[in-house]
Amino acid sequence: MVDADLAGLSNNLVLGAVLLYVVAMFGYAADLVSSPTRAERRALVGAGGPELPQEEPEKARADWGRFAIGMTVLGWLLHAGAMVTRGIAVERWPWANMYEFVVAICVAAVTAYLVLVFKAKAKFLGAFVMVAVVIGLGAATIWLYQEAGAVVPALESYWIAIHVTAAIIASGGFTVGFVATLLYLPAARREARKAEGEPKPSLLDRLPSANVLDGLAYKSIMFVFPVWTFAIIAGAIWADEAWGRYWGWDPKETWSFIVFAIYAGYLHARATAGWKGRKAAVVSVIGYAALLFNLVGVNIFFEGLHSYSGM
Amino acid sequence: MGVTGWLRWGWRQLTSMRTALVLLFLVALASVPGSIFPQRGMSPEKVNEYFENSPELAKWLDRLSLFDVFAAPWFAAVYLLLFTSLAGCVVPRAWQLYGHVRARPPKAPQRLGRLPQHGEFTTSATPDEAVEAARKVLRARRFRTVVDGDSVASEKGYLGEAGNLLFHLAMLALLCAIGLGSLFGYRGNLLLTEGTGFSNSVAFYDEYKPGHLVDPEDLAPFQVTLDDFKAEFITSGPQTGQPSGFWGDLTYREKPGAAEKRYTLRVNHPLDVDGAKVYLLGHGYAPTFKVTDAEGNVAFNDAVQFIPRETGNLTSEGVLKTPDARPEQLAFQMMFWPTAGASRDGVAIVSTFPGPLNPTVAVMAAFKGDLNMDNGNAQSVYEIDSTKLEMVKLPEEAKVLKVGDKLELPGGAGTLEFTGFKEYGALTVTYDPGRVPALVAGALAVLGLVGSFMVRRRRVWVRARAGDDGRTVVEVGGLTLGAATAEFDEILTELRPDDDEGRAERSDDSEPVPTGPIKE
Repeated sequence: MVDADLAGLSNNLVLGAVLLYVVAMFGYAADLVSSPTRAERRALVGAGGPELPQEEPEKARADWGRFAIGMTVLGWLLHAGAMVTRGIAVERWPWANMYEFVVAICVAAVTAYLVLVFKAKAKFLGAFVMVAVVIGLGAATIWLYQEAGAVVPALESYWIAIHVTAAIIASGGFTVGFVATLLYLPAARREARKAEGEPKPSLLDRLPSANVLDGLAYKSIMFVFPVWTFAIIAGAIWADEAWGRYWGWDPKETWSFIVFAIYAGYLHARATAGWKGRKAAVVSVIGYAALLFNLVGVNIFFEGLHSYSGM
Repeated sequence: MGVTGWLRWGWRQLTSMRTALVLLFLVALASVPGSIFPQRGMSPEKVNEYFENSPELAKWLDRLSLFDVFAAPWFAAVYLLLFTSLAGCVVPRAWQLYGHVRARPPKAPQRLGRLPQHGEFTTSATPDEAVEAARKVLRARRFRTVVDGDSVASEKGYLGEAGNLLFHLAMLALLCAIGLGSLFGYRGNLLLTEGTGFSNSVAFYDEYKPGHLVDPEDLAPFQVTLDDFKAEFITSGPQTGQPSGFWGDLTYREKPGAAEKRYTLRVNHPLDVDGAKVYLLGHGYAPTFKVTDAEGNVAFNDAVQFIPRETGNLTSEGVLKTPDARPEQLAFQMMFWPTAGASRDGVAIVSTFPGPLNPTVAVMAAFKGDLNMDNGNAQSVYEIDSTKLEMVKLPEEAKVLKVGDKLELPGGAGTLEFTGFKEYGALTVTYDPGRVPALVAGALAVLGLVGSFMVRRRRVWVRARAGDDGRTVVEVGGLTLGAATAEFDEILTELRPDDDEGRAERSDDSEPVPTGPIKE
């Protein structure tokens, strides 16, 4: 039933992906540190460019960034390969327990990040996304690891492909949105302080403006919020097939609803006077905390029908 | 401020976005205890356990409805307020949208150059021709257009707001669907042993939960028989004992006298019959016994459903009562291990596998006397009322029975023979008329969300006037609700003639800064 060699290969691919992500993380860090601050960038543009002596560091910077993105893409390939080989090894969709689920969410997060790199020039998020993904994969490998194996009959349904995939994509997107929000909060505070006077230089000056960070977070969350809603509805359809009711306030259902409500609140808050900015961002951080709790905490602390985690 | 004034003020507060936000967060917060404390609707046995372990605390929690959070008055208060607020916000906006769709696009502002997106070019066409050309381009892009002399006004993207409204209305519809289910739906649970059947009526259910407006006479009159039940388990490797499949072979009739049909009931594959659904949610063992009473007559010869005490290896407990035994009635309290083996420390018997490799029964206690079943009170089949019973002392070695073994009660009080075992399926029958409406509402909600996030309302105006040099100067301005798209630049490129010599300003797209929503 289980192809042990392939399962072993999958585990090694995860380790390989983690290594490459760590390397990428340092690459992004080097890129960030050597990048010009926003003030310098404006000065560069103002001076009208090509004859400036800053040519050299500018080139080195581009290389660090390109190197880091290359490492990320390579890591992503291994990472996705790990997921695929696991699936082939166990002859089913490879997200039926917590270990597989977290590995898949990390794939989704890196995918979401890469999409943002190419669509919205979001390379600066790289170091932070890599930190989140390395922590996620590390936790999955150390604490959540499950031997490759068959699943209980309740999980043998094509709905696992629909419901869980949607939950994974949404969680990946929320992760990237969360990272952007975490950067937005200090960036916004710094800009507010800057309005009062010139504070000490900081790494934050090398990141885009708070406005851009906020926009990125909003875009990511806005994109995956319908996906999360769809995941809940697909889960309800599956629950109706498997348990005889589409909604029963099982702890996992309850918390997925809580996550839905908080992010819905965020999307509204962002467009509401008095909530815009910091407050909305805090709501989104709480939403992500609820998402994480739903992912891990609910399986550890509560007894419910979603007891597939093997914990 | 009079009464109406206060009412109007209250309504405005309730339907304001801030109130809605606070209520939304309150609903989320109010759900949390529902996941912390055991809930009656899902696991009543856990609630009872809570009451046994900490009766004082449980009493207080119960007063606050913390064991029925999702049916609690305070929970209902929060979500009803939220939905009222939502309705109060969405319905007027739906009217507003209807008005916008029927009204013409607003006239071009005086200075198009002040709009967030704008451009200007010259053309050899006359102003009228330029306006007409612009109208055609916008029309081809499915903008609604109106020409006002020297300018054309256009608008597009009502689907965004429509999607937004659709999502919120779908949420209201979802609440109604859930309400429909809780009024007219029902749910019945029963354990069905191989070779037996049931009719869909209240009498057959171990547990029956009707909606508030369900007439027990109106249950769909289908009949189901469980012909055979199979459970398979993984037999080797680290996952030994994990189930790999359950099947229940059913014969059923839609109504008495209807043609017999067959169905294999499995987890994730419920049976649809006459609007109701039959689910297989669990399984267990029903050992069979033959009891001979003191007079030598067979007082019992049937299967007894045992309840699993643990789901891993199905160690089960059960009770056998023989009201027909004479002169004294008999009762037995027993354990069943599908695969009996020694515990790790070797002192006790445990079940080491959920499949029936070594089915064994142990008689924990035997009673004789009066079962106290004639007093008219309903008695649980899983419990013995020992008030009028006398415990029979059993010899230690006689307590454990393999299939075919007999236990002779001391003093010729009777005989218990373990004759074999059957399996049973734990079935649930549900009927929920809100199921399909809820699904439709859910699908519309997602559709609405996608629409509201993908489509933005935008307006484009074009004005043409004769320039000083004989060429026509064309001004273009655009306004988008939410982040601007590249569409405006495309339109500008499309409009500009090849011989344009003037400097064409384009919308500023140097940094991907999303502009905030533009107030109308």
